[in-house]
Amino acid sequence: MNTEFSADTPQEIPLAIEVTDLVTHYGTRQILNGIDFDVREGEIMVIMGGSGSGKSTLMRHLLSLEQATSGVKKLLGQDLSKLDIKGRTELSKKIGVAFQSGALFSSMTVGENIMLPLAEHTKLDQQTQQIMARMKLEVVDLAGFEDLMPSELSGGMIKRAAMARAIIMDPKILFCDEPSAGLDPVVASALDDLILKLRDAMRMSIVVVTHELDSAFKIADRITVLDRGDILACGTVDEIRNSPNERIQNILNRRTEEEILDGDEYLARLTGAEYEPEGAPPL
Amino acid sequence: MASEPNDNSLVNFTEKIGRGTIGAIETFGHWGVLVGESLYWLLRGPTLKQPVRANAVVFQMMEIGVRAIPIVALLSATIGIMLAIQGIHTLRTFGAESRVVVGISLSVVREFSALITGILVAGRSGSALAARLSTMQINQEIDALKVMGIDPVRYLVVPALLAMLIMLPSLTFLSDLVALYAAGLFVSVELGISQAAYWNQTIEILSLGDLWHGLGKSAIFALLITLIGIVNGASVTGGAEGVGKVTTRAVVQAISAIVVTDMLFAFVVTR
Repeated sequence: MNTEFSADTPQEIPLAIEVTDLVTHYGTRQILNGIDFDVREGEIMVIMGGSGSGKSTLMRHLLSLEQATSGVKKLLGQDLSKLDIKGRTELSKKIGVAFQSGALFSSMTVGENIMLPLAEHTKLDQQTQQIMARMKLEVVDLAGFEDLMPSELSGGMIKRAAMARAIIMDPKILFCDEPSAGLDPVVASALDDLILKLRDAMRMSIVVVTHELDSAFKIADRITVLDRGDILACGTVDEIRNSPNERIQNILNRRTEEEILDGDEYLARLTGAEYEPEGAPPL
Repeated sequence: MASEPNDNSLVNFTEKIGRGTIGAIETFGHWGVLVGESLYWLLRGPTLKQPVRANAVVFQMMEIGVRAIPIVALLSATIGIMLAIQGIHTLRTFGAESRVVVGISLSVVREFSALITGILVAGRSGSALAARLSTMQINQEIDALKVMGIDPVRYLVVPALLAMLIMLPSLTFLSDLVALYAAGLFVSVELGISQAAYWNQTIEILSLGDLWHGLGKSAIFALLITLIGIVNGASVTGGAEGVGKVTTRAVVQAISAIVVTDMLFAFVVTR
């Protein structure tokens, strides 16, 4: 953990991401209930929460992949809702994303995948692009794999190749969606080390969405815990670990909340019959 | 009450019609937006330093056009010979089999080449386009393009649309030549007409308007195949099963649209 981001000393560090009162819907269902969220420059922010807590939705909104109902989202000081096509393109050069599935283009080689942002956004010649792609592949420990197709890589290799593509433009903000999900502990730990290396070497702000506790505690400067579209808490690893909040402790200890359920109600739920609680006023 | 089931079925029927109408309007709106965005990127792309890549267009032209040449040629030759056989058989009833060249040349150039090539490309490339886009959508590749600042319409749609608009009329022209040549071979053997006489008659009968009639239709088919493939591909939900569904739907819709448009085109232009 980087001690620079302890709870007492953060305010003077500029914000890389600033979200204010973000409300989002999926159809008629409200997913995020007006959340405030920020990430400072050079910080690793881990977003945690159970399934359906809204953590992936929050990330998709930060990446402008969804339209919010209301709220303000600022990346590197720029309000996402006020950017035109040119502004969005310029901002996208400063952002890297490693998707959960890798999202490598299956029709291209690993090298071509990694070079794509360079080919689209720079005037570098092919040879320079190749050299830069090889450099990034070395960073993620995939040197020599540039001519393989994504289908020839293992799950861990795909995630590392996706990371190489995400950092090819030396972004200021890196988003990682479940970087260690589905990987064996050794590979997952190596990816965590890579994320720490990227923050220290390139001074990136990194947002990691994960539900892997070990990974979160290892890499996070701060952790934001989401639950049912609300932020339960945001703080350093120790602050979250020692939180007295029962719901946070349930998430940390992988406990499901006990539901107090009436036997008749449970039976009605299973059979689809109408349930009328005892003592309910007659209609 | 006895009238309730009837009332419900009427409401359901009306709801279905309403939903279908809204769905159709949405689809046409989506087509319009895609065409508009494609034109935008073609014209504004270079000034935004995001031009449509020529190599992507060439790649699509190879996939849609060049690789389809053998099967287009085979089917066109078959259609040409089939028209010659049927034409001679029918006209023999009136002792007018020597006039078969009129029927063959006009029906091939105005109708059959565009239709058969359109159907073939819809089955071959329209389905491939829908499958490719839907797979990319499911694998988050479209999202990856967006976050990299690469507009999916510029990167994926415009090259496919341009390639289709260039290659489908080109394949149709090739189909014209192959079908006429194959029919000519059969006619010359069957009726004892020389190849030179056959081609002289064909050129005499056909006008430039006939040629444009077929090629113009094929350009409209190209637009339909691409838009239907893209809209279906982008609307995928679910996993591999979803890809299969949208691919099948894209082919069925494209072929139906081609046949209906062909009839409407003939009705408007020929009468």
